[in-house]
Amino acid sequence: MDDIRHIALTVNGQPVECDTPVRLHLGDFLRGILGLTGTHLGCEHGACGACTVLVDGEAVRSCLMLAVQANGRQITTIEGLADPDGTLHPLQQAFAEKHGLQCGYCTPGMLTSLAAFLRDTPDPTETQVRDAISGNLCRCTGYQPIVEAALLAAARMRQTEGVR
Amino acid sequence: MGARLVGAQVQRLEDPRLLTGKGQYVDDIVLPGMVQAAFVRSTHAHARIVSIDTTAARAMPGVRGVFTLNDLGPAVARDRMPQTAPSPAIRRSVTQYVLARDEVCYVGEAVVMVVADTRHQAEDAAARVLIDYDVLPAVVDCRAALTGQTAAHHGAADNLAARLSVGFGDIEAAFRTAPHRVTLTLDQHRGVAHSMEGRAVLAAQDAVSGKLTVWSATQSPYMVRRFLARVLGIDEQDLRVIAPDVGGGFGPKAVFYPEEAALAAAAVKLGRPVKWAEDRKEHFVSTTNQRDQHWQMDVAFDDTGKIHGIRGHVQHDNGAYLPYGLILAATSLAPFPGAYALPALQMTLDVIYTNTTPTSPVRGAGRPNAIFAIERAVDRVADHLGLDPAEVRRANFVRADQFPYVTGMKARDGSPVAYDSGDYAACLDRALDMADAAGFPARRDAARAQGRYLGIGVASFIEDTGLGPFEGATVRVTPKGRVTVLTGAASQGQGHATTLAQVVADGLGVALTDVTVISADTERFSYGAGTIASRIAVTAGSSAHLAAAKVRDKVLRYASDKLEVAIGDLELNGGFVHVAGVPEMRISLGDVALALAGTVGQRVPSGLEPGLEATAYFESTATPHSSGSTVAEVEVDIETGAVTLLNHVIVHDCGKVIHPGIVDGQITGGAVHGIGNALFEDMLYDAEGQPVSTNFGEYLLPTATEMPPIRIGHLETLSPLNPLGVKGAGESGTIPAIPAVVRAVENALAPFGVQINRYPLNPERVVNLIDASRGKT
Ligand code: FES
Ligand code: FES
Repeated sequence: MDDIRHIALTVNGQPVECDTPVRLHLGDFLRGILGLTGTHLGCEHGACGACTVLVDGEAVRSCLMLAVQANGRQITTIEGLADPDGTLHPLQQAFAEKHGLQCGYCTPGMLTSLAAFLRDTPDPTETQVRDAISGNLCRCTGYQPIVEAALLAAARMRQTEGVR
Repeated sequence: MGARLVGAQVQRLEDPRLLTGKGQYVDDIVLPGMVQAAFVRSTHAHARIVSIDTTAARAMPGVRGVFTLNDLGPAVARDRMPQTAPSPAIRRSVTQYVLARDEVCYVGEAVVMVVADTRHQAEDAAARVLIDYDVLPAVVDCRAALTGQTAAHHGAADNLAARLSVGFGDIEAAFRTAPHRVTLTLDQHRGVAHSMEGRAVLAAQDAVSGKLTVWSATQSPYMVRRFLARVLGIDEQDLRVIAPDVGGGFGPKAVFYPEEAALAAAAVKLGRPVKWAEDRKEHFVSTTNQRDQHWQMDVAFDDTGKIHGIRGHVQHDNGAYLPYGLILAATSLAPFPGAYALPALQMTLDVIYTNTTPTSPVRGAGRPNAIFAIERAVDRVADHLGLDPAEVRRANFVRADQFPYVTGMKARDGSPVAYDSGDYAACLDRALDMADAAGFPARRDAARAQGRYLGIGVASFIEDTGLGPFEGATVRVTPKGRVTVLTGAASQGQGHATTLAQVVADGLGVALTDVTVISADTERFSYGAGTIASRIAVTAGSSAHLAAAKVRDKVLRYASDKLEVAIGDLELNGGFVHVAGVPEMRISLGDVALALAGTVGQRVPSGLEPGLEATAYFESTATPHSSGSTVAEVEVDIETGAVTLLNHVIVHDCGKVIHPGIVDGQITGGAVHGIGNALFEDMLYDAEGQPVSTNFGEYLLPTATEMPPIRIGHLETLSPLNPLGVKGAGESGTIPAIPAVVRAVENALAPFGVQINRYPLNPERVVNLIDASRGKT
């Protein structure tokens, strides 16, 4: 019943080659086969955003994409968001400072969604930030500290950009 | 040395892991040989099970076992699940079997468990289980359940689980003498909890010792241990329950569930670790939630708006079973008389079985319902007399000079309820000020000139917090000078590791990062109750404080002896105990710990007990009451019925604030939950008892775009009831949100003379309210 296909992709900068059942979605593949359990599943019907990862830099719901569709792509998960030397992404740092997380379950999806958003929209308004996470559900924070953290991270990223 | 960390906005100790994907939630744990479970659930609201055919399922690839109730073994199959919150007030306690035996009473009730190598295989096989049902009539609306012929449980004489009653004062006299009265009929609905992580269980038996370990995404690991041991017929010491990282709780994860028992039994039978992670659809139908309450209330009052008496009756939809006693039902009456000094009260509440998913507390439990009813009553009184609703609140508040204020109500243990401290009027005034309520008429009129409708609503509340009996803590110092705090208190995102570390670090004069908190593992700490009812800061916080004080005392006595100085001349600072003013005369805490750890053949120094550690169980015998007021401002589009939230202010008094960010986070998140209840969240069933809102497209949670700016003010009147002066904060945002938002919408629609008695206020309902009142005129 389980058709298997061989795929090759890059995950968090590392080349990965392995077999996957064709019916496995990318979220289950990352969690179950690669052991990258930082990506969370909150609804498995594309509504909560907890499973969001970056595919070739774009924020994608990993529960809505099959693992085999990731063949040849570059995937970034929450485990790959910080610099290789461990320096946190400005968003991760700002989340810690602004109390942008409580239980941490929605957090990986919030961070990956916002990382893609801030790359494309470096100087967002509060409304734009709220729109950017309108597909990410959080039951703990009430969103406000997440929005504040995103704006803080954006300001810092613009500064560093200016220095360069 | 004064407090340094308590009250400070320190960074949470939990965050570095959670921000980098290194959290360990139950579904992240992988054990060698682990297999996966899936459940076949009832598709009928009420039916007799005629037969179950598992032949085809057993033949499916990867299947390790297919379990009906009897396959789980005689101990598990013998009886229904235990009543986890027994009470003499329960008239008829019905709980479910771990797997349904011969009758199903709600859609979603677990009937068969399938275990296979992968989750896909388990689900494929589950689809091949054939269950032959004989469908029975279902009772869905609790109002019909008491009068009609249909029984939620086959053969039961009626559907009444319990009838609760509270009251005090001379209610007859109140209604005889007061010149005015209003009557309210309220339909309240609170929905599904929706922690973003669903429930999850992993059970594994150690092949050598026979010890069974259960990881569960639970708020109550000790309760799970107690009742799971009972169901399995084993001793508690042969069972270890661990709540690792848990992705939100909000109440339903405090319940002991059939799946926990089924997985444990299967792990023993199969000799393999078995895991199950609930999917969202299962969360909608098989995790307890909250639903309908129908309120009828009469209010007697005088010309000044002073309320003399309230009497009424509530019909409470309990769902099909009573897994958690009357906890939810009781909390629907316990908050009376709210923030007010009320002379007389008489309320009754019927707990009614229906063929729907069982209920248990969701963030705030019945408190938001009770406060909604009380605050609606106050608004109605104001409207009746043409007074400002804030004025009527001030006329009725318990005054700051009345504390401790004995309300007339009885606590769960029968003792009189007393509000410990607060300044309710000050909270209200500050909230009105922060919301610029004085400027509202001008804003409203300016908007009206453009054809827009603005409204403002106020709600005041109290919250009983710090529920007893206790949550304990052990504080231990290692020879390296590191401090470990052990506690039974489970965390689902509240940041307990940080707040407990703050309390202990202050007590011992060490850095926050020197403290490690280990929690919610029955093997590491002996006793615990559960993370519910805004109780952990009060109970575990106080215990950590007291345990740290005992350790501190030991350090001082040892150092006094060793350094030959009086205890009063010693200080603890930077991980050392030193002579005040002579920092070089010092001993590190690690060295004290080493000395007290004992050396063969030598006496423990200074006549102290061995080990630099101490345990405390602070018993919370009286109830710290948080309080506050909320002001909501909204705009209503009278064509579409859409409600736009413009502003939401909460001024809150939870006594001493240990961590401002964590407290504000609790309140903001709680307020958004309450706003969701007020405007969006609706768990719907059709007339046959089929749930019809079982995904996030049909059941709307609040999202970032709809939420208004939420601003929080604090008043800190310390609670005299615990050493930290704290009161709980976990549900204080939720409780007043519904009445404030509903009143704001009603206020915006004042030109149409609309009265609102029901929530959630989805656009369709708002438009209908406007149309109905237009039709009237
Ligand atoms: S799990 Fe993918 S969107 Fe919810
Ligand atoms: S932090 Fe818990 S769901 Fe967002």
